[in-house]
Amino acid sequence: MADSSDYKTDDTPVRQGADAAPPARTDGLPERFENPGLPPHVPRRADVDEAAAKRAERQVVAMFALSALGTLGFIVAYFVVPADARGTVVGIGEMNLYHLALGLTLAVSLSGIGFGAVHWAKTLMPDNEVIEERHPQASSDEDREGAAAILRSGWEGSQLGRRPLILQSAAGALGLFAVPLVLQVAGSLGPLPGRELYDTNWRRGLRLMIDPSGTPIRAADVTLGSVFHVMPEGWVGEEAEEELSAAAILEAKAEDQVILVRLDPALIQSEKQRSWGVDGIVAYSKVCTHVGCPVALYEQQTHHLLCPCHQSTFDMTRDCEVIFGPARRALPQLPITVDDEGYLIADDSFQEPVGPSFWERERG
Amino acid sequence: MKTLAARRRSPIALLVLLLLGLTMTGTAYAVFQPKAAPGTSATTVSAEDIEEGRQLFLANCASCHGTNAEGNAPAGPSLVGVGAAAVDFQVGTGRMPLAAPGVQAPANRDQVNFTSEEITQMAAYVDSLGPGPAVPDAQWLDLEGADIANGGKLFRTNCAMCHNSAGTGGALTRGKYAPTLMGVEPVHIYEAMLTGPQSMPVFNDDNLTPQEKEDVIAFIVDMDQGGTAYGGHQMGSIGPAGDTLFIWTIGIGLLIAAAVWLGRKAA
Repeated sequence: MADSSDYKTDDTPVRQGADAAPPARTDGLPERFENPGLPPHVPRRADVDEAAAKRAERQVVAMFALSALGTLGFIVAYFVVPADARGTVVGIGEMNLYHLALGLTLAVSLSGIGFGAVHWAKTLMPDNEVIEERHPQASSDEDREGAAAILRSGWEGSQLGRRPLILQSAAGALGLFAVPLVLQVAGSLGPLPGRELYDTNWRRGLRLMIDPSGTPIRAADVTLGSVFHVMPEGWVGEEAEEELSAAAILEAKAEDQVILVRLDPALIQSEKQRSWGVDGIVAYSKVCTHVGCPVALYEQQTHHLLCPCHQSTFDMTRDCEVIFGPARRALPQLPITVDDEGYLIADDSFQEPVGPSFWERERG
Repeated sequence: MKTLAARRRSPIALLVLLLLGLTMTGTAYAVFQPKAAPGTSATTVSAEDIEEGRQLFLANCASCHGTNAEGNAPAGPSLVGVGAAAVDFQVGTGRMPLAAPGVQAPANRDQVNFTSEEITQMAAYVDSLGPGPAVPDAQWLDLEGADIANGGKLFRTNCAMCHNSAGTGGALTRGKYAPTLMGVEPVHIYEAMLTGPQSMPVFNDDNLTPQEKEDVIAFIVDMDQGGTAYGGHQMGSIGPAGDTLFIWTIGIGLLIAAAVWLGRKAA
């Protein structure tokens, strides 16, 4: 190891002139740090002691052997342990033994290889410090001049300098050729969303159906303090499951899901909210106006509706206004009424887009 | 028509008319009669039970709920009309009597201070004050023939948002929380759905039929018995927060240790 006096070498530039002179160092540090170079090589124990090298070798072999055992154990477990075997593991609890056996044997197998390789490299492989110099990568001047000459003669031979129309027409043709490629990509992105985001499947006269059973709801069934998770008639229940694809039902659920509760009419503070409900029964879109999670944590004592994703909180007695969290708009209310048989029906579709904001949506 | 008109004075006609009238009245009554309140108590309890229950109530509950269970806000709400199911749930899970006021009565199943007979008596007393949901029938609690898959569907629609998809509970606002459903007696799960204790909404029999409630309970019991525990530690099944904490501390800690070991020179 070089001693501290080596840090300051003879070629340390000494600035000339009064204005260029740095302020004198008073803390004893050099003006400029030089590359201290590599520390001296210290041989490892395995380098100087044959017994230690033998021991390291045995350790590496043992780890590789352990890995092999783990792999064999995996193969055995794969065939021997039944896939649904269950058992209690100390400190963890009951679990599937098949997954446990496969995971553990694979862990032994992989970590044996890993630890063996690292231990081998650290104890036995040469550890001499090596310096690899960096060289300039550019070609010689003659080669570069030659390449430029070839390019120049090619440009002259093509006569594009004298006949620019060829260049222009070729550029136009090649540019146009890119259009079909872009068209295919853009065309395969599917139809434009159009007005889809503005509308749901709710229509005037559609019954409110319990999700997932698909039974209609009588106004009298909605007792104070109860909550119903609702879908529009025709989009939930066995009949809908037979008629519609699973994807269509999921898509409908994403936009049509509604939460229905009965509030004490005296608690409702918004005239619009009261008139869009039935005797305190009100229906609101369950899609959060923040990023569209189902807002369904209803605290029946505080009448707060919580979103489980980011804790946006809506006050049901105040027309589902946001009282906490990142959502910016109140939940849209679904106007409901009662049909001749006493079942709850939608009085209209939603009067504003449900769910999170999107680019073209009117602000407000 | 003529033969009918001719026979209308026959004495049998009167009998037929009478029978017809009686049958129609009965049917019409059965169709139009007001529906009984969901699960209204049908079991008979003696007046002694009610009196015993009243004594227990006065000794243990009246300080907060009032001597006639009329409520003593803000200490305790009125219990008129909450039904026997609410009493069986609140007392049977150790929530009531409440040891100290707080945002929420915590479940305390290891410290239920009453025998089941005493709870039944208190429930009978509260039920006698006004009709309310009764303790559910054993028929809906044996879980025989319950549809676990349907229960899972209902659970994900109605319960999972608060109680977590694994039924281990979750946070609400201001220190309130939805408790874990693991290890809860089927009868108490049923009563909670029926009565809507504290922050929980009510799921009456028109919303979730008794059969559907049984399906939900069967699904919860199946999860409790390890239905979805496929391997490894569940870490409380409290969702991404617990898993993330584990990965950021234990997981990344192990990676840092491995990196330090790799970078160190061998002795």
